[in-house]
Amino acid sequence: MQELDEIVNSALETFAGISDADELEQIKARYLGKTGPLTELLKGLGKLPASERPAMGARINAAKQVLDQALKARRESLQQIKLDARLKEEALDVSLPARGNSLGGLHPVTRTLERVTEIFHSLGFAVADGPEIETDFFNFTALNQPENHPARSMHDTFYIEGEKHLLRTHTSPIQVRYMLNNKPPIRIIAPGRVYRVDSDATHSPMFHQVEGLWIDQEINFAHLKGILTDFFKRFFERDDLKVRFRPSFFPFTEPSAEIDMSFGKGWLEIGGCGMVHPQVLKNVDIDTQQFQGFAFGMGLDRLTMLRYGVNDLRLFFDNDLRFLRQFR
Amino acid sequence: MKFSESWLRTFVNPAIDTQSLCDLLTFGGIEVEAVAPLAPAFDRVVVAEVLEVEKHPNADRLNLCKVNVGDAVLSIVCGAPNVKVGIRVPAALVGAQLPEMKIKAAKVRGVDSAGMLCSARELGLDNGVDGLWILSPNATIGMNLRQALSLDDNIIDIKATPNRGDCLSLLGLAREVSALGNCALNIPFDTNPVSVKQTKPQAIEIKALEACPRYCARPIHGVNPKAPTPDWMVERLARSGVRSISAIVDVTNYVMLEMGQPLHAFDAAKIDGAIQVRWAQTGESLLLLNGETRVLDQQYLIIADQTKPLALAGIMGGQDSSVSDNTQDVVLESAFFSPDAIAGKSRKLGFGSDSSYRFERGVDFANTLEAMERASALILQIAGGVAGPVSEAIGSLPQRSDIFLRLNRVEKVLGVALSWEAVAALLKRLDFAFEKTAEGFRVTPTSYRFDMSIEEDLIEEVARVYGYENIPALSPVVAQSALPSVESNRSAQSLRRLMVSRNYQEIVTYSFVDKDWEKDFYANANPISLANPIASQMAVMRSGLIGGLVQTIAYNLNHQQSRIRVFETGRCFSADGTDYAQPWYLGAAVCGGAVDEQWGVKPPRAVDFFDMKADLEALWSPKTLRFMPEIHPALHPGKCARIYDGAKAVGWLGELHPKWQQKYELSQPVILFEFELNALSVVPIPQFKENSKFLPVVRDVALVFDESVTYQSILEAVNAQKPSTITDFSLFDIYRGAGVENGKKSLAFRMLVQDTAKTLTDADVELSVSEIIKIMQHQFNAKLR
Repeated sequence: MQELDEIVNSALETFAGISDADELEQIKARYLGKTGPLTELLKGLGKLPASERPAMGARINAAKQVLDQALKARRESLQQIKLDARLKEEALDVSLPARGNSLGGLHPVTRTLERVTEIFHSLGFAVADGPEIETDFFNFTALNQPENHPARSMHDTFYIEGEKHLLRTHTSPIQVRYMLNNKPPIRIIAPGRVYRVDSDATHSPMFHQVEGLWIDQEINFAHLKGILTDFFKRFFERDDLKVRFRPSFFPFTEPSAEIDMSFGKGWLEIGGCGMVHPQVLKNVDIDTQQFQGFAFGMGLDRLTMLRYGVNDLRLFFDNDLRFLRQFR
Repeated sequence: MKFSESWLRTFVNPAIDTQSLCDLLTFGGIEVEAVAPLAPAFDRVVVAEVLEVEKHPNADRLNLCKVNVGDAVLSIVCGAPNVKVGIRVPAALVGAQLPEMKIKAAKVRGVDSAGMLCSARELGLDNGVDGLWILSPNATIGMNLRQALSLDDNIIDIKATPNRGDCLSLLGLAREVSALGNCALNIPFDTNPVSVKQTKPQAIEIKALEACPRYCARPIHGVNPKAPTPDWMVERLARSGVRSISAIVDVTNYVMLEMGQPLHAFDAAKIDGAIQVRWAQTGESLLLLNGETRVLDQQYLIIADQTKPLALAGIMGGQDSSVSDNTQDVVLESAFFSPDAIAGKSRKLGFGSDSSYRFERGVDFANTLEAMERASALILQIAGGVAGPVSEAIGSLPQRSDIFLRLNRVEKVLGVALSWEAVAALLKRLDFAFEKTAEGFRVTPTSYRFDMSIEEDLIEEVARVYGYENIPALSPVVAQSALPSVESNRSAQSLRRLMVSRNYQEIVTYSFVDKDWEKDFYANANPISLANPIASQMAVMRSGLIGGLVQTIAYNLNHQQSRIRVFETGRCFSADGTDYAQPWYLGAAVCGGAVDEQWGVKPPRAVDFFDMKADLEALWSPKTLRFMPEIHPALHPGKCARIYDGAKAVGWLGELHPKWQQKYELSQPVILFEFELNALSVVPIPQFKENSKFLPVVRDVALVFDESVTYQSILEAVNAQKPSTITDFSLFDIYRGAGVENGKKSLAFRMLVQDTAKTLTDADVELSVSEIIKIMQHQFNAKLR
């Protein structure tokens, strides 16, 4: 049957030449539709002798199957070409900038505050807070600095008009307030703003301190050294950091110490500390024979300067975004 | 306090170098703030006598000098105008290395010069004099200058803590070095009584014996008021930063530096009768040595005679009774004024003195007479005269009560176990007398230690002398329990983080602000004022954060920033009866584009009220805030909302009033909010509820309202009255224009209608929606569109 072979070959050739899916479906009708050549051939089977019909019928059906499969393959191929084209067309320059808004940032001193809080939290210290307009009693007297005590001249105090109140010169009054309202054991840190009449490259009239207090039955000076040494190593992430304790005087601690630290060359004053003075404990009705403990204070701004290499304290309060954005 | 190392070493001379000596003090609690050599390095400079001065043959301004340098007479060319025959000056010999030059044999304008005659400046010692350094006529010719003037010395500056008044003298520092370094103390002078002529004693009347428990006065007759102060004393005073004035005044200053006892010398001729020590009467006035006249009152202790005040006791002498060039007889005073009588006075006066600085910290009351004898001996030696008898009054001096020091307490406080013998050795180094007791020690502190009264004082001394560095650093071993973790508390930290994630930069501004800010932004005419502000723009306490936010925006707009988003958390202050309310606030301000300038969004629109409202609502989520149109002095009256949490007003949101935008020179509108942090301290903890199994039906409805009807009021009415089947109600469009009357607006709402128990029929849904419409019609006179 030369005619059948020709039909099949012609169809296969036509399918391969078509690049449009809709056209392919139309061409399909031309070959396989009700008026297509194969259908015509099938219709013409009746004219054949009965003995030839089955063989011829089988051949026509086989040819039909070949065409069906070729159609399907061509259809899939065209879909793939179309998809490939679409994907190619949709491709992005993925290196273009992202959309939307970027992040803001914390103030560097807050960044430090959060680190300090987190480290002491891991040591079991809760956070306490207190007022910034204070009374003379909490800022000085309760801390064993009665009026006219020479130690008061260590702090140049801002007074509120009327002189009954002042701006706290340190975070230590929070200790007193906390001890009045809580029974030992006590383990707190108390960060916040403090104020002194002082202004130059290394002093700001407002700055930040963090106070620490641990009162229990057996908390001693060796523990104070241990806790603070541990803290500074964690804060600066330097195991080779050296911390030393130097005798000093604060009216509210005894023994008292200045804390110095060193990254290897030279020593930097970083805070003050000591065992809470028995008079301070008595002032808040804590039995000094049963309880004792330590207190410490340090400048958050100074810690921040050392941590991030900031060389001028005033930058923290200028609020220049070009400076602040460096701490994102 | 500044002093010379070599002077200290005449008292105590440990075999350690200067740096180790300074470390010994610093690690004993006497902080050395600075140490510097008295003179820079130089050598081959000797004392020379000028024998001849001739004009240089080839130069008008130069002289050719013959000088005796001990072992030779040299020819040296000199350009200093003050050169003259007979003076002794430093001569740098050939080969000498000076701080800034090397001396070589040279020809100066054709004449040989074998060295250089020096000014102090050329030796690195600026004495403020131009020209040659003229040395004492007694300087030994030919002697190395460093040796002749003891220039190999260091000036040590210490900062003694307020409890250590006893360290404000060479004697006191020497005792400290002796204790800390465990080395011998040799006092290089004696305080034996001088020989006395039994003249008439100075009468004294101590009327305030509690404030002046010990007073000694001695006349010294016939002194030479013009006697020169010996070089060695001038030099030691100078190295302590004290200027030489006159022999008698210098002696009083010298003994104060040496022994720590402030002294005063009166001109005896100016004292009318008995010396009184008494509290001043209100209105008495006194011209002081610093030239200031002070009107006194009863808080000041004075030295007076029968008719007038002579001196502010322990603080400063009066000018009229001070010694002068005409003084013949002096009355020398050595007294112990109690610290309480002197403390705080220099702050009130606005000035202090070396004397008040020592008295308010505590002067050794056992040393009063010794210092008097020492000073008398020096005056007699330098200014001549005859000493009269000492008049002395003694009241009740401070007691040095015995202190019990328990050995187990030492260990409990310090965390290190020390033996009885070890502690005993430490106490001995401090010169404290003690006895052994069952538990440890009974200690009697020395008279000069005003800081010793309780057991802990001694424990600190033990630790100090033992060495803080020898106490171990230990980890406490204590019972542990978890810290509270309050989930309903929205911490300041979490809010700050949220602000950062919404593209805000945190700032920290001063709590004290310009008075104008309070007036402009809070209509606060009576802010909390500082009595002693450092500047007028930092004079009052802020009652809110707006001022700092606005200033920060202005500052950054002026520094080429155009899109600014900042926030601050901090306390704000307001009067609350006799006390002050000091709540924490969170405030934020923005200006510029709603989003960062970026590709694909063109051009970014300016940030507005509703952008910021979204940030505010995010902070408060899941709580819902109410926004009511109210008036705030800082804000645009038409773009301003007071924020309520339920019925409680908690803050404000709005656009900065255009008049402030103009006054504070802001090139763009600023939107801001602030609220009290405490209002947000409790947020509900989620509670699970079963989701409805039935699908919700969505219904939209549009109604026309008067412009004056706020969305907030509609929302509240709907929320209060809606049927339970309305599970969500929201505004999705606002329309004004064709089809809607002027003065009206069309609001389109979307509702979710849903029941937890059944699928709703169309009739059910219509019923629910019609109820909502009814609320709007009845309450707001709204019309369906």
